[in-house]
Amino acid sequence: MKRLGPYLEGLKRRWILGVFAAIGAGVVALTIPQVLGSLVDHLGDPTATTAVVWTAVAITLGLGILEAVLVYLRRLFVIPPASDAETSMRTTLFGKLIHQSAAFHSAWDAGQLQSRAIADLNLLRRFFAFGSLMLVTSTVIIIFGFSLMFRESALLGFLFLCAAIPIILIGPRFRQKFVHFSRASQDKAGDVATRVEESVHGIRVLKAFGRGDYARQGFVDEADELRGLEVSKAYTLARFQMLMILLPEGVLGACLIAGLYLTAQGDMSVGALGAFFTTAVILKNPIEGVGMLLGMVFMAKTAIDRHVDVIDVEPEITEPAEPVTAAEQGLVELDDVHFRYPDQKPEERDLLNGVSLRIEPGETMALVSGTGGGTSTLLNLIPRLYDVTGGTIRIDGTDVRQLSLADLRSRVAVAFEEPTLFSASVRANVLLGTGHQRDDDDAQHPQRPGAPADDQLEDVLTEALHTADAEFVENLPDGVDTRIGEEGLSLSGGQRQRLALARAIAAKPSVLLLDDPLSALDVRTEERVTARLREVLTGTTTLIVAHRPSTVALADRVALLHEGQIIDVGTHHELLQRSELYRRVMRPPAPSGQDLMDALDPAEAKPTSESYQEVRP
Amino acid sequence: MSQQQSPEPTRLVSPTETTDHSTAGEPDPFEHLRGTAGEEQVSLNKAERKFIRRRSWKLLVRTSKGVRLKLLLTALAVILAQACQAATPLIVSLAIDWGLPRVIDGETQGLWIPGGLYVTCAVTAGIMLFLYTRMTAEASQQMLFTLRDEVFRKTQELSLDFHEDYTSGKVISRQTSDLESLRELLDGGVNSLVQGLMFMFFTTVTIWIMDWRSGLVLLAAAVPIAFLGRWYQKNSEVAYRRTRISSARMIVHFVESMTGIRAVQAFRRESARTRQYKKLAKVYRDDMVRSIGLFGVLQPGLMLVGNLSVTAVLLWGGFRVLDGDLGVGALVGVVLATKRVFQPLDMIAMFYNSLQSATAALEKVSGLLEERPKVREAKNPALLPEARGELEFRDAEFRYNQDGPLVLKKLDLHIPAGQTVAVVGRTGAGKTTLAKLLARFYDVSSGTVTLDGVDLRQLATADHHRHVAMVTQEAFLFSGTIRDNIALGRPTATDEEIVAAAKAVGVHEFITALPEGYDTDVNKRGGRLSAGQRQLVSFARAFLADPAVLILDEATSSLDLPSEALVQEGLERLLGNRTALIIAHRLSTVAIADRVLVVDAGHIVEDGSPEELIAAGGYFSKLHSAWSATMGN
Repeated sequence: MKRLGPYLEGLKRRWILGVFAAIGAGVVALTIPQVLGSLVDHLGDPTATTAVVWTAVAITLGLGILEAVLVYLRRLFVIPPASDAETSMRTTLFGKLIHQSAAFHSAWDAGQLQSRAIADLNLLRRFFAFGSLMLVTSTVIIIFGFSLMFRESALLGFLFLCAAIPIILIGPRFRQKFVHFSRASQDKAGDVATRVEESVHGIRVLKAFGRGDYARQGFVDEADELRGLEVSKAYTLARFQMLMILLPEGVLGACLIAGLYLTAQGDMSVGALGAFFTTAVILKNPIEGVGMLLGMVFMAKTAIDRHVDVIDVEPEITEPAEPVTAAEQGLVELDDVHFRYPDQKPEERDLLNGVSLRIEPGETMALVSGTGGGTSTLLNLIPRLYDVTGGTIRIDGTDVRQLSLADLRSRVAVAFEEPTLFSASVRANVLLGTGHQRDDDDAQHPQRPGAPADDQLEDVLTEALHTADAEFVENLPDGVDTRIGEEGLSLSGGQRQRLALARAIAAKPSVLLLDDPLSALDVRTEERVTARLREVLTGTTTLIVAHRPSTVALADRVALLHEGQIIDVGTHHELLQRSELYRRVMRPPAPSGQDLMDALDPAEAKPTSESYQEVRP
Repeated sequence: MSQQQSPEPTRLVSPTETTDHSTAGEPDPFEHLRGTAGEEQVSLNKAERKFIRRRSWKLLVRTSKGVRLKLLLTALAVILAQACQAATPLIVSLAIDWGLPRVIDGETQGLWIPGGLYVTCAVTAGIMLFLYTRMTAEASQQMLFTLRDEVFRKTQELSLDFHEDYTSGKVISRQTSDLESLRELLDGGVNSLVQGLMFMFFTTVTIWIMDWRSGLVLLAAAVPIAFLGRWYQKNSEVAYRRTRISSARMIVHFVESMTGIRAVQAFRRESARTRQYKKLAKVYRDDMVRSIGLFGVLQPGLMLVGNLSVTAVLLWGGFRVLDGDLGVGALVGVVLATKRVFQPLDMIAMFYNSLQSATAALEKVSGLLEERPKVREAKNPALLPEARGELEFRDAEFRYNQDGPLVLKKLDLHIPAGQTVAVVGRTGAGKTTLAKLLARFYDVSSGTVTLDGVDLRQLATADHHRHVAMVTQEAFLFSGTIRDNIALGRPTATDEEIVAAAKAVGVHEFITALPEGYDTDVNKRGGRLSAGQRQLVSFARAFLADPAVLILDEATSSLDLPSEALVQEGLERLLGNRTALIIAHRLSTVAIADRVLVVDAGHIVEDGSPEELIAAGGYFSKLHSAWSATMGN
């Protein structure tokens, strides 16, 4: 709770005002029956005049309007600041998470984080705007209501209290049981959804083997379990609802008998009897609600804990206390670099087990993996997406951990093997590493001498798209302004990869890291891109992970990574000659046959009737 | 008391029950809304809306089969429960006007009759509500279950052409989020709605019984309430939709930033994306506050109308009590009832949104269920217990839809049993069409395709599936163990047979090296397989199915070198003596084929053994030399 202090600062005063409004509304609601009671008593008096009615009506009218106004005010006071608190917690969380390392993000599932950022915080808002406030209010109103009832008749009040106490006590227990069933059925609903997803994604397999019935049986079993859980949940609810009627209404029946008796004895007025029943009706809701509100307190506590869990994790990759500056030239040095993932078994060797490599400014170096992998990981270490677990990586003679992150990452650009694009225009995606759509005060955009200026962005975009052979974007509905990604047009793997490549080029870095950037491209496209890249890369230090000879052809020299170490560095031909391992790895693969077929005109070439569409709307 | 429902759901649509709209003679005015076609339609005219409503309603009626008696009992229970609850003010007024004078006179019946009535009502209401809640849950969950199963079955039954334009995402959301919104409504909404309406109805009735003049006041109050309700309905629909959109935007931005964290950090977009997120969160906050604000007006508004009604009743009634026209008890009862009558309204308003989305969901689901598969089993299917694997296309033509272009033109092709045929050709030339026709993902538009002389359209589905298996390039694995995934080829297979199949395609060693061998969960850490390994598991699956005809869409561009070699070996063992049609992408595959077909623009342009075609000097020979050139540098 203390941890949320800063967010709740603006909420405090208005929350108190809200409590006052809510209590006011409750008290007003309880006062109306009193007025009614006294009216009834006065009407019973033979000397009553119209003034009695007028007075009662005037008071009821006033109170009635006041109640509505107070209820309106309660929301007005509390909802906006509570929503502000929610929003600021949400954006703070986002700001924290986005600075967390890639290691953190591979340990935390995005769905998990999202439920903390959305559902949990929604719950907290409801708790602050409604739950906590109503808990205080309900308590006050119940106490006030009971004191009124006791005033009307101690006996009746006592009887009603007998019904209220078990309800307040049973409420939370019932809730627990109910929550248990509803969690279980939510989980089951998740299982059912998984079955559905698989049956749809795997429909070709199911059809091909005629196993639709088999899949359906699994689905039906799960769906039936879900049905069973939902029904059990309803049974629990049914029992509780019955209790919620039987207890208070039964006791009210007893109250009626007792009340009639008391009234007949003259110990209680008719008006008081009427007022008692009206009060009881009003009190029913808060009494029922207290159990639920208490449950909400526990849920809110869990939500706060979950929030704090995430927000308290310190980012592993931090800015140096005193960043060093170094003249930019594009020199990359790896010195006995070790790296292991935190979840690696202790007996396993480090994934990178002492890698040493020097890439001269302007040189293009291919990184070829013999066996044991680690090439992608190595690339991630250079812009400090992960930190080395041993040894040093230096750029322009300075340990990367000594450079400010913004400085380091503006010198280096990466094209990842898995091209991640964002839901934004093609332009925004390709110009991600430039000043495009950045605020002027964005500290993460150091103006390096080599970086493209804002007025050059259009040219940079065109050039990068051309180099990556991504001119297909011109045929998209809105050209480079077409929205792509999750919320927009979906592109094929090859198209995404070309855009990711264009993105890395457009940043105009002095060190370019390409992780098998041409793997999803067909032969002809690859050829074109290779030729253009060779031109563009002159002067840019490039480290390129390569799996096939056509990619290696881009490089001046090749480094062979084997079991976590660089075992050989040389030109393609040198390595072919002296390394058995390299020959094996670089054996020309069977070409992607489809490309070859597409490239050749058939004997009787005719236009195909069904044109190949890469872009799916 | 509650009988256990059988888990076997009832089949909803018998073939005679649904009208086959394609055979209807007169033009169908709602053609554009049939099936899933109307889903994207935003504005509908009255007749169209009525058509869709009726379709949803019919679906509900159909789904209620088997639980109708229960629904009837449910209705009785809720009516009784709410009538009893609504009667309590009446009893209080009875107690004061009728009972009290008698008690004063010393007649104890004045005490026991109202008291007894009150308790009886309370107990009846309690028990009826208990029964109601249980029975609605049983009935509605049974209906939901039937609906789930129905959608699932329909999805599986629909031919692939449907799945190709109705994306998997849509099918999944029909089955998950749409049914989920129905579930949400059933879960709480319907109860509150029905109980609230019933309560209001009966309370109104008691007011009319006690004092019809107060009933008139209520009638007058209904006017502003109707306006308020209409205002809320209109605005909340818009607000609800806006909030959904802005929350979806916010979520997408969040998830994309987190899953793409490496790109965000590598390109220094942390602050820019945080700022963008702030904006999206702000929009969401504003939309949400506005949406809550509507309710914040509605609730006090209803309260105000209610309180004003109480005042009016009090005013009018008070004077009549003074004049002696109305009993004091009746006044207390009427005021009590007036105070309560509007209470359920804000509850009902709260569930209005869930009612809205459930209605929309039901409309879409009913549309999906209206779709009819194009590929269906014949009425009297031909049986084929054993198959040799001889295939023949005769005058076979195919187009995807009636006015689409021909994808396959007048094809005559005979494949003797046991032959391995490789099909090559450019993208879109019609290679896959051949495979899909054989697997009966589609039916020919004209001509025939036969297996051992039996037209595929006449062949019993079960026999067809047993004899013809297709291995797709996706190599999809279902969640569960590797064993389960192989067993999908033949669920009755023993463990030994599964292992034998894995050994046959050369994946056994790899599987035993996994942490839990054949019991490794393919979705768990350590169980994730590479594309090549997945392909091999799917080979084992096909091997286990042991079909006479094997269709293979062989795509290897995603495979790395070692896997490619591995897959090639597995493939050769899988083929064995079966008839095989391979959509070939690699020279190595073509090399093991007995016969090569070159397909272009829906025609077979070359047909012969690889050697013959190379000698003939056509497309294949050019292809072969290009292939050899890249292989042998």
